[in-house]
Amino acid sequence: MRFPQYKISFLIFFLASFSTNLKADNDCLRCHANNTHSIYNEWTERNEKRLMNPYYILDSLRIKAGVHGSFGCVDCHSSDYETYPHQGELKLEPLMTCIDCHGGDENFADYKFEEIEAEFGKSVHAVELGELFTCSKCHSQHYYQAKARTSENVKDIVKFSNEMCISCHDNTSKYQLMSDSLNPKLVDTHDWLPNQKLHFENVRCIECHTQIQDSLMVSHNILPKEKALKLCVECHTANSHLNASLYKYKNIQARSEKGKVGVILANKSYVIGAYQNEMLNLLSLIIFIGVISGVIIHSFFRIIKK
Amino acid sequence: MATEGKIYLYPVWLRIWHALNALGILVLIYTGLNMQFAKPGFELIRFDLAVTLHNFAGIVVSVSYLIFLIGNLTTSNKKYYRIKPKGLRKRLFKQLRFYVYGMFKNEEPPYPISVKRKFNPVQKYTYVAVMYLLVPVIIITGIALLFPELIIEEAYNMSGIFLTALLHAVIGFFISIFLIIHLYFATIGKKPVSNFISIVTGWH
Repeated sequence: MRFPQYKISFLIFFLASFSTNLKADNDCLRCHANNTHSIYNEWTERNEKRLMNPYYILDSLRIKAGVHGSFGCVDCHSSDYETYPHQGELKLEPLMTCIDCHGGDENFADYKFEEIEAEFGKSVHAVELGELFTCSKCHSQHYYQAKARTSENVKDIVKFSNEMCISCHDNTSKYQLMSDSLNPKLVDTHDWLPNQKLHFENVRCIECHTQIQDSLMVSHNILPKEKALKLCVECHTANSHLNASLYKYKNIQARSEKGKVGVILANKSYVIGAYQNEMLNLLSLIIFIGVISGVIIHSFFRIIKK
Repeated sequence: MATEGKIYLYPVWLRIWHALNALGILVLIYTGLNMQFAKPGFELIRFDLAVTLHNFAGIVVSVSYLIFLIGNLTTSNKKYYRIKPKGLRKRLFKQLRFYVYGMFKNEEPPYPISVKRKFNPVQKYTYVAVMYLLVPVIIITGIALLFPELIIEEAYNMSGIFLTALLHAVIGFFISIFLIIHLYFATIGKKPVSNFISIVTGWH
């Protein structure tokens, strides 16, 4: 079997660029995935080991698991980073936002990035902080995963989502990048919430702190705290708010894959009031009506036979 | 103890237990229904208040159940709950026949109340089932739901909390049904209010 020459050239070019890219990534992560890095100091003319700035240490496994895991570092960062020591002004390079790459991209039409941008524009983050509040403040380009769409486990979705919020709201240093005030004490500000720990582990902050937008999988209009949902019964009811937010994707998926009975059998979560089983409700109603009818009929005979 | 044809059936500890239990269970049913079927704009009481009251009433009923258990362990009251399997079906049938037929024919009750026999067979075995089966399970599941971190996270691919809550609600429903029947049967006395007066004064 003979390959045309242009195909072989193309293959060689592809492999060369792939290996260069891989080498470049490995070169970056050789230092940036470790606590220390070694450099040759031309002034002292010897190899020296230095501590890596902890803010610039990356978890290579989480990067690979993230949505941008197949990317090379210089796909987003300047190729000037390939030389070391890095030039000081590189730190000031403007980084791309989600919409810079995904805006108008048909491949990602389902994610509705433009609508997300519009919704985010109304949020308290955008209103208070303007363009300073970029997507990456919540969505780390290195590690982001589309958990709300891909995870089968609600707790996993909740944990991943809440970590985005508490990475700033429970971290004074990061919070003060955006604000001059101290970050609120989340346990104290939510002390009205019964079973606080259970709520924190099982529902996302955004369940109460966003305005639900039906057309979006995850609402991005983060509300000011005064407008946050504080009425228990919005979630703890048959037509629960959570069905349109946290359980939205799960419900769509479960309905298509498991059917009505399957959804009941595969139930891995429980919310008081939100869980309603039509079959059990009907059965209990029949028993209740049966008992009341029995009481009425028995009373009737007691009266007429007196 | 008997005076003027009356017998003393319900000692003070038992009446205290019964009153606490009755009040607690009424609050539990009311708040439980409110939690299960609440809707925005249609709440019998505020949801968070219902949760707090339900927890509080649950603790009251659990403590009163302890009074019942200790009372039944240490006093002669336990004899009224002793199961006698021999001829059980016949005795139950006889009593049920009286409820659906005999009482309308002015027949005498087959198992009249006495100091030796406080409950007729239907009453006795219903109370045994409720007090030694349903109530302990609802208390255990209730305590588990009060401390959900104690519950196994997942069992047979289902949430442990979901299974516990489902069992709790199903038993709660049967206790509610028991309460309706219990209250109705309590009206079958000399007069419709006689039994209600008895459980307050202790004298039957």
